Amino acid sequence: MTEVNEAPEGASRGGDVAGAGAEPLLKLRGIDKHFGPVQALYGVNLDLPAGQVTGLCGDNGAGKSVLTRCIAGAHQPDHGQIYFEGKPVHVRSTRDASALGIETVYQDLALADNLDIVQNMFLGREQLRYGLLDEDSMELKAAETLSTLRVTTVRSIRQPVASLSGGQRQSVAVAKAVMWNSKLVLLDEPTAALGVVQTRSVLDLINRLRDHGLAVMVISHNLNDVFEVADRIAVLYLGRMVAEGPAADFDRQSVVEYMTTGTANGRPYESAAAANGKG
Amino acid sequence: MTADPGETPAGTAGAGTADLTLDATVAAADVPPELTAQSLRQYLGASWLRIRSGNSGVLPVVLAIVIVAVVFEIITPEHAFLRPSNLVYIFGLSTVYMVLAIAETVVLLLAEVDLSVGAVALIGGVIAFKLVQQPGPNWPWWAAMLAALAICGAIGAFQGALTSLLRIPSFVVTLAGFLLFSGILVVILGGADSTVSLNTSDPNQNTIYDMVQGLISPVIGWIVLAVVVVAVGASQWLRVASRRRRGLVAPPLGLIATRIVILAIVGAAVVIVCSVNRGSSLKSVTGIPWVIPIVLVVLGAWTLVLQRTRYGRYIYAIGGNPEAARRAGVSLPRIRIVAFALCSATAALGGILLGSFFYGQYSTNTADPGQLVLYTVAAAVIGGVSLFGGRGKAIHGVLGGLLIGGIAYGVSLLSLGSLSTPLQYILPGGVLLAAVLIDVLSRRGGSPAGV
Repeated sequence: MTEVNEAPEGASRGGDVAGAGAEPLLKLRGIDKHFGPVQALYGVNLDLPAGQVTGLCGDNGAGKSVLTRCIAGAHQPDHGQIYFEGKPVHVRSTRDASALGIETVYQDLALADNLDIVQNMFLGREQLRYGLLDEDSMELKAAETLSTLRVTTVRSIRQPVASLSGGQRQSVAVAKAVMWNSKLVLLDEPTAALGVVQTRSVLDLINRLRDHGLAVMVISHNLNDVFEVADRIAVLYLGRMVAEGPAADFDRQSVVEYMTTGTANGRPYESAAAANGKG
Repeated sequence: MTADPGETPAGTAGAGTADLTLDATVAAADVPPELTAQSLRQYLGASWLRIRSGNSGVLPVVLAIVIVAVVFEIITPEHAFLRPSNLVYIFGLSTVYMVLAIAETVVLLLAEVDLSVGAVALIGGVIAFKLVQQPGPNWPWWAAMLAALAICGAIGAFQGALTSLLRIPSFVVTLAGFLLFSGILVVILGGADSTVSLNTSDPNQNTIYDMVQGLISPVIGWIVLAVVVVAVGASQWLRVASRRRRGLVAPPLGLIATRIVILAIVGAAVVIVCSVNRGSSLKSVTGIPWVIPIVLVVLGAWTLVLQRTRYGRYIYAIGGNPEAARRAGVSLPRIRIVAFALCSATAALGGILLGSFFYGQYSTNTADPGQLVLYTVAAAVIGGVSLFGGRGKAIHGVLGGLLIGGIAYGVSLLSLGSLSTPLQYILPGGVLLAAVLIDVLSRRGGSPAGV
């Protein structure tokens, strides 16, 4: 059995934006993080609802990686609270994060080239039978996960990862992350090294993760990709969350302005829904 | 499925959704042929593609063994190289390199190297020989051997700890170890001109002597061969049947049958060669040296550990991408230290075999740690173990050891006088260079397609 959930009804794009009415899967409130004298994050708030893709944007040094690592358990925030499924949690290690169902796919993917797809997907969590590796069961489960995600273009799941294309490697890394009962997947620059066709397939894969009801956060420089898949957009500027809301509130121009100046048209971000309510 | 094996890969790739297409030839060349082939013919086609891409497994070393055998048979005086007596001698000599090369393989898979393997092996051998001496400690042979393995394992663990905890390159740690233990070896031998020898009239000491020198009668050899072939055949057959039952891709039965026939032919050839009388007409000498089944057991045990256990999987993972292994929760220092310890313990067994091979006698003449380690690393790399880590199997060490043993003995048969000694270095050196070239080229060929 794969742990990927069936697609919940009505979890379509741009639907119930900002998780209004429902508690977001992951909630960050007032996250501060500094390294020595350098303050990396200032009171960051962020909601990551289930069944939605959140695009995290920001210039180099804006704090995207630090924020990601705080969620993934690689860093601990100095102040602030992380709520997971409504409950306050402490994510002290990547192991803690995995136990909650938070998996991270870093840009370097961390795949062993000499191992095959199945071996990579089960690395560190091998199944044993009579003390020996149970290759057949692992192969069946890996194949099932890959077919659920419709990663069907690999010739054999027993081929070494070295023989895969960049897009296929990304797909394997994502499949590895979602196989373990994951609820939230953080993707760091998933399309950075890919060509047009492979980018397309990775974006399709991200859409399928959303359709399976997972919360997804995509960290990307590429605004085309962000607008392509994101239901929500969050922009970091010099360690502060300057804008966070439904993707419909943004266009390319405004995101670039938030990324480079922290404001758009000289005004701080205000969600369209709130603005309408006022008007 | 099309009949032309060359067409199948492209056809299959095109059948999927077209978004992740990659160069079909590259993909076909990198995928192990038994994964995609549905028939023996397709398998051969896919294998050929793979060989052309430089990703060829054991084939180069098997070819090299054949070439070396043919060339030496032609150029040795009286065409003596392939005489049964010489072949059995080569088996005995090679087994030392085989066991040491298997040990070295474990460390090479981690992308480390152990240069002390020769010195540590000899220390293990001398310790075992000293412990069974009578008068003296007079330990039972098995206790002496276990003690030698344990002491050498501790030496390996120490070197492994220096390498993995302090992150000193293993090249430096084990180079220092090589010099250090070469000196200690002379000390425990008892001085520069000392020897340690076994008294074959003592049954206890004779057991160790017999490990290489002792012979199994041909009849028992045939029985053992039959049992091994049937057991291997049955297990492979069951494996394929089980994979088919669960709907997994399985290699074609024709391929399994071919492999088993090859195994039976090679085994039969060894038994036949060993069954020929290689003594005189007065005193006949026939039989299979004990060391051949011993090496098979070492090979089987290491193959099981490397291919079928979690520990073995982590060795490959660390060799392929240490960061990936670390993120997967693997304790890198623990795996590395244990690998160095097991490498040294396995090497100790090789050292004991070496003493037995030289008729139960150690001296500073027969025990040359420098030449031993050079031949060992060469054997592993020539056999197909990658110097860059993560690629190679125990069987590669065995084949490389046989090739090195064949070359070393062939050169000594040539009676070239003053040329003999230099050639014992030059020939393995040339073969080693060729092997490293193959390794580098295949890595280049196997680099990821789209990145």
